[in-house]
Amino acid sequence: MRGMLMVARRDLAAYFNNIWGYAVIAAVLIIDGLLFNAFALGDKPKYSAQVIEEFFYFSFGTTTIAAILLTMRLVAEERQTGTIVLIDSAPLRDWEIVGGKYLSAMFVLTGLVAATLYMPGLVFVNGKVSYGHIAAGYTGVMLVAAATASVGTFASTISRSQLVAGFLSTALIVVLLLFWLVAKVADPPLKDVFSYMSLFDRHYRGFMRGQINTEDVVFYLSIVFASLTLSTRFMAARRWR
Amino acid sequence: MIEVEGLTRYYGNFAAVQDASFSIGAKEIVGFLGLNGAGKSTILKVLAGLLMPSAGAVKVGGIDAVESPDALRTKIGFLPEEPPLYREMRVAEFLRWVGQAKGRSRREVYADLPKVIDLCDLGSMAHKVIAELSHGYRKRVGIAQAIIHRPEVVILDEPISGLDPQQIVEMRKVVRSLKEEATVLISSHILSEVAQTCDRVLVVHKGRIVAEGSEDELKSALGQGDTVTLTLRGEHGAVKEVLEASEAAASFEVRDDAEMLSVDVELAEGDRQREALVADLVAAKVGVFGVANTVSELEQVFLRLTKGDDVAPAQEDAS
Repeated sequence: MRGMLMVARRDLAAYFNNIWGYAVIAAVLIIDGLLFNAFALGDKPKYSAQVIEEFFYFSFGTTTIAAILLTMRLVAEERQTGTIVLIDSAPLRDWEIVGGKYLSAMFVLTGLVAATLYMPGLVFVNGKVSYGHIAAGYTGVMLVAAATASVGTFASTISRSQLVAGFLSTALIVVLLLFWLVAKVADPPLKDVFSYMSLFDRHYRGFMRGQINTEDVVFYLSIVFASLTLSTRFMAARRWR
Repeated sequence: MIEVEGLTRYYGNFAAVQDASFSIGAKEIVGFLGLNGAGKSTILKVLAGLLMPSAGAVKVGGIDAVESPDALRTKIGFLPEEPPLYREMRVAEFLRWVGQAKGRSRREVYADLPKVIDLCDLGSMAHKVIAELSHGYRKRVGIAQAIIHRPEVVILDEPISGLDPQQIVEMRKVVRSLKEEATVLISSHILSEVAQTCDRVLVVHKGRIVAEGSEDELKSALGQGDTVTLTLRGEHGAVKEVLEASEAAASFEVRDDAEMLSVDVELAEGDRQREALVADLVAAKVGVFGVANTVSELEQVFLRLTKGDDVAPAQEDAS
């Protein structure tokens, strides 16, 4: 655990020791704010719950993009610059390396998501919103952040360059997003499998409406578990290649 | 300290290291000498716990590299050819992080940091951002990160590559000083570097250890005498006569250069015969104007060891 925190500490500092971390956070917050203002609030009268639902709809996209941009450098950058030798030659277990890097990305993502709290807060000015709805929505956003960051961590672990890692994690996430379309044309039992694997359609809409379903929570946590386990296995395998 | 038995390492189907066996005692400085691609770096990476062996046993301080790789890595400090540095960090901040990541407590790292910075002569650079340092100082920071956790074995892969002559001399001092507290392994393809820095040499060729021992042991095992070039004034025939009669000269070749004679002489019993040879020449009233090494003796040994595939294994050749 100590090793994981050491890795997380270094990676967290790395986000803020160059322009990248600030640029990603700023860009995502600006886009999120613009989308909230232009579409969620809009220029027509809406129920507060509907505004919040649309805010969480856009938050899914912006959080996913942020996760891809923040995780693509995690391991691939170390491999590119040769600093991977530092953590390879340290007595750190592979799960500590993967866990530490993932933790640092999640820390930044959590800060990023927390920085959007003012947007649903604005709805209180002229409307009435259920705190439960906001809490459920943010639970969904954080689960999406956790899942997409884990996929990004995996892509970064198996890639030699940050760019490849970015493309790979984008491709994997797009595939997960498009499963709902595949489910529409597939026959049972594959229809149910593809439907269950859909990152957004099947599992996120409930959070947008203020509902927390155990199945959805389990789904996102399963992606985290599977991605981080694969990343750890891959990290361990590099010593044998 | 280090026991390696039958180490073999494949990259796909390519055997980078084949059946390498050697042992290294505590606080020795041992050089791995070989051409580029000979397998030196692969051996060092296995010893550092970065790669697992495909076959064979590797033990450092009694710890098996395959069974307990994490425990092994606490005993090792490793500097690859290109120092692995987080360029955005400051030197002291980086070293504190590395020390703790390598298993030492915050208090221990803070206590040892001044000593390590002093040893690597980084005092004036401690608070500078690594990206702003020269190549020589980055190498020093690389060594500092390899020793900050007080390892029992320090492995330096091509430590002088890319350094200017002054930096090389300073680096040599740093490397020698490491011996006081740790076993030091160095890989290099620069013969003079290995000869000047190391107590013992392992010659690696095509993935195999083809010879091991001190410079003198290697020369003696291969029947390689010292060769000197003499600059003499005298008659060609008279010089030839003296050298034929001298017990110090095993073989020689005389060349006429302008006003002087230039003579390459292989000494009969190594370096100690130098004085006897000069004494014989002086006694015969031949003017001796210069005595110089013909080429580096280790270079001759190395070229003989690596000239073909018909080289016998180390244990038979030079032990």
